Amino acid sequence: MEMPVITVEKVNKSFGSNHVLKNFSMQVMQGENLVVLGKSGSGKSVLIKCIIKLIEADSGKIILLDEPIMEREEEELDQLRSKVGFLFQSNALYDSMTVRENLEFPLRRHWSKQEREAGSEQAVMEALEDVGLAHTVDLMPSELSGGMRKRVALARSLILKPKVILYDEPTTGLDPATSREISNLMVEVQEKYHSTSVIISHDMNCIRITSNRVIMLIDGTCYAEDLYENLIKSKDPKIREFFE
Amino acid sequence: MKIGFLNIKDNTFLTEIGEIWRFTMRFFREINKPKQEYEEFVHQCFWIGYKTLTLVGITAFIMGLVLTIQSRPTLVEFGAESLLPAMVSVSLIREIAPVITALICAGKIGSGIGAELGSMRVTEQIDAMEVSGTNPFKYLVVTRVMAATLMVPVLSSMANAIALYGGYLGVNIRGQVSWHLYWFQVFDALSFGDIIPAIIKTFFFGFAIGIIGCFKGYYSKKGTEGVGRSATTAVIVASLLVFIIDLIAVQITDLLGLT
Repeated sequence: MEMPVITVEKVNKSFGSNHVLKNFSMQVMQGENLVVLGKSGSGKSVLIKCIIKLIEADSGKIILLDEPIMEREEEELDQLRSKVGFLFQSNALYDSMTVRENLEFPLRRHWSKQEREAGSEQAVMEALEDVGLAHTVDLMPSELSGGMRKRVALARSLILKPKVILYDEPTTGLDPATSREISNLMVEVQEKYHSTSVIISHDMNCIRITSNRVIMLIDGTCYAEDLYENLIKSKDPKIREFFE
Repeated sequence: MKIGFLNIKDNTFLTEIGEIWRFTMRFFREINKPKQEYEEFVHQCFWIGYKTLTLVGITAFIMGLVLTIQSRPTLVEFGAESLLPAMVSVSLIREIAPVITALICAGKIGSGIGAELGSMRVTEQIDAMEVSGTNPFKYLVVTRVMAATLMVPVLSSMANAIALYGGYLGVNIRGQVSWHLYWFQVFDALSFGDIIPAIIKTFFFGFAIGIIGCFKGYYSKKGTEGVGRSATTAVIVASLLVFIIDLIAVQITDLLGLT
């Protein structure tokens, strides 16, 4: 029987009077690509930031890789975070560092000095080859195109070979061709690393290519949950809004 | 909470003082936690120290030169021209060089840190650091505050030396004082009570500049506009703090009878 890798149970999160997540619950199974779809400002990014405790949920329960993360202190989370990759909407590449230094950054915390000296170069090159950008290793992020930055950011999130990858709007701001390339790359990555993914997106192409299951986040709750193929046939006006 | 006409909850000034205090306390808690970021600390010392040296050096030289030239006519009027090196040295070492150096550092270092961390905040780089298991407060804030605390006194000491050299040239524009006599008069006028408190207060200047720059940048909001605001307010608040610390330092020095 498949075990849930991520369990979110009755999670609430408010910013002042704005109640973003209302008793939100979901489960993500091992090896699954789950897409969370919702309007801008509906709390999708807040949800994945709560999963990794970048934002603290007000109440509820979140279990990530068998760890109840809301009860863990920052120091205890470090080890758990090494098993999770996070692709930020803005890529969040360190702009004062080269591509190599960007990729080496997560290693400095989780690998010993000896491990880094012995294996960091190989790990960096392997991650860059996975995204087809080995030739950019000594470039600065400012010298890369939008699509290349996204790929480098993905390579950085892959360097520790994570069990879970969280994607925050991975194709936003990209042209349709690059967007499709990134979506295909996400599927390849999932197949290679046997990772579990939560993808925040409202790019229909990306959802079609990557999703095993789609959750619709409307008014802070899980409004619908089904396969992409079933959701596009739905007659519910709130669902149709996204697919028309 | 309302106290008279003050609504504490809505008072951003008091709220901000509270937040700066909490931020400072967090700095002292984090500084003792493993692992120490020595590499980043050395890197920051280089950027804060070496990259500010030219600016501080040129300003200090002009400061020493101008102070000497401006003071001469008054001293000549009282027939005390020979006291010029002593007067210049005491003024520079006790007050002018440390404060001017700190103000330059508040401008350059404070705004630099505020803008850098602010831009990292709005582009989610700080979040990315946290996700990668690195404590961003320790990596970004502790290293920068420590580097500023250490480098501002070093820069101030260098500014003292360069300003005194400027003073030597200033003395010799109109008069003629030998190199040896000038330095003899300079050191003769100074005591440890002049030098030590002046050096000690520069550590506090450096700390204030670092902590304010980091605080403003670390909690930057509202995109690029927020980054600009962080940099500007970092300079304003740090400069103001330099004067407040200087005022307190002067009072303490006075109470201890070191004036």
